[in-house]
Amino acid sequence: MSAITELSKLKGGRRPLDPRERKAARRDNKAALVFLLPWLLGLVVITAGPMIASFYLSFTDYNLLEDPNWVGLENYLRMLTDDRLHQSLRVTLTYVVVGVPLQLVVALFIAVVLNRGMRGLSFYRSVFYLPSLLGGSVAIAILWRQIFGTTGLVNQVLGLLGIEGMGWISSPDTALGTIILLHVWTFGSPMIIFLAGLRQIPTMYYEAAAVDGATKAKQFWRITMPMLTPIIFFNIVLQTIGAFQSFTQAFIISGGIGGPSDSTLFYTMYLYNTGFKDFEMGYASAMAWLLVLIVGALTAVNFIASKYWVYYDD
Amino acid sequence: MTETIQREVDAVPAAQEPVPPGGRRRHVPRRPLKSLAKHLVLIVTGAVMIYPLLWMVVSSLRPDDLIFSQPGLWLSDVDLSHYPDGWNALTHPFGRYMLNSAIVVLGSVLGTLVSCSMAAYAFARMRFSAKTLLFAIMLITIMLPGHVTLVPQYVLFSQLGMVNTFWPLVGPNMLATDSFFIFLMVQFIRGLPKELDEAARIDGAGHARIFLRIILPLMTPALATTAIFTFIGTWNQFFSALIYLTDTDMMTVPVALRLFVDSQGESNWGSMFAMSIVSLLPVFFVFLFGQRFLIRGIATTGIK
Repeated sequence: MSAITELSKLKGGRRPLDPRERKAARRDNKAALVFLLPWLLGLVVITAGPMIASFYLSFTDYNLLEDPNWVGLENYLRMLTDDRLHQSLRVTLTYVVVGVPLQLVVALFIAVVLNRGMRGLSFYRSVFYLPSLLGGSVAIAILWRQIFGTTGLVNQVLGLLGIEGMGWISSPDTALGTIILLHVWTFGSPMIIFLAGLRQIPTMYYEAAAVDGATKAKQFWRITMPMLTPIIFFNIVLQTIGAFQSFTQAFIISGGIGGPSDSTLFYTMYLYNTGFKDFEMGYASAMAWLLVLIVGALTAVNFIASKYWVYYDD
Repeated sequence: MTETIQREVDAVPAAQEPVPPGGRRRHVPRRPLKSLAKHLVLIVTGAVMIYPLLWMVVSSLRPDDLIFSQPGLWLSDVDLSHYPDGWNALTHPFGRYMLNSAIVVLGSVLGTLVSCSMAAYAFARMRFSAKTLLFAIMLITIMLPGHVTLVPQYVLFSQLGMVNTFWPLVGPNMLATDSFFIFLMVQFIRGLPKELDEAARIDGAGHARIFLRIILPLMTPALATTAIFTFIGTWNQFFSALIYLTDTDMMTVPVALRLFVDSQGESNWGSMFAMSIVSLLPVFFVFLFGQRFLIRGIATTGIK
């Protein structure tokens, strides 16, 4: 949230300086240039330059080997009829719309249970936090591939209960579900943020509510939830941006192809295959810009919607 | 990319735990039954979450056929062969990939620390033209999906002959492209008393000296947080390694593991598990020794 609030603060005009400040307000552009040089170089060479270049390439048929030819809007028009692109958008949106809220609900639930003087708090916190550090790795994706496989751990456990298992990863109906589950498994980091947020709610609110006879449930909905909305909002914005770009897990679990029947074809995986397997770099650039537009639009929607449900104390 | 955002979420402070008025938190539950129910929920959830990890460790010590039939954690006979088998299953011994990863991690961590702290000092303590604009640009780049620069970056690095070198992975970090850490450090430096700088300035110190002698030593918590997150993020980094490191000599651990999966398919789980565990060990140790620090020290950007 801080980065976000910081950005909105910048809109305000310049504050007039008081005389003491004005004296110190000599600008030291030269020294600043030295300090900022690595970052500025990165901004130009690694970020801004390539952004402009990819915008240009998105209007070409660039294939890495030959010089790019200008094709106008062809790449963007192709998106309208590209069924696999539509499928990849469906998969990614499902992942975001189901996975992000589910993970946050679990994180909030555990944080609330953990909050307020629990014996063994730090132990529990470590146990829940560990998966979110490991979850991004190829190793965990390999583990997932095994446990949800036909002869995997899940089916072995189901077998003990007398239930016939299935190929969770080889069935198009459940493959995406296993990847969503992996996302939920990493709820530890939002949980830590919720815990910190819960601690910042002044206890006097609860004391006052208790005096007035409010039940625990009412206290939760009327005090805890409103006070947490800025943090929930912050988590939704960032997790949405992040989830839209997820790649590693689906790539490893599906063996790099997004199967079965494209049911785990994440947007970034399709982009990777288009650009770096089929070498259609022009089209891949256009897809990258569509990604920026979608993520930007979703973030904007989040911000507009936040006016109606996020409560700022100050 | 995904890792970046995840880290960003992580890096929001767990704030210093405020001691409630009236002294320390009470640990004696008023209603033991309710407390018991709470513990039950937590223990069950925790066990379900951690079980797959424990099972992977145990399975890596089992003969292959038992991996398909033993959901339990009971280890009847220990079979250590998966570790040497996995270690030598690819073109190079697994240690080679660990070494490659270590080089990339070291370069990335050092590069990020140096370049981001310099930029952060400028944004937090210096006056210069177009500061507001540059600062806004820096904040926006935090949220920018990395894929949008992917293709031209690849073209750039291949023109420079840097495909199958570590430069595409380390270089951007040396140029502070992980701007989230600039922001984290700016927030931290802003919290340091300005009087220190002013006193030093009166004594004739310039910016270089103030930065090196005063600010840098005081911002070690922010530097450590940055180092830990960069370490974990880079160690797990898959996407750029997949694109740039195709030569087996240069592969880092994540792409080597992926190669392992591709070449072994559905057989040989034991060796794959063994190497997966080896690959997770560094992250696990960082978690063990850095976690108190992670969770508390993460706390610089402020919830407000």
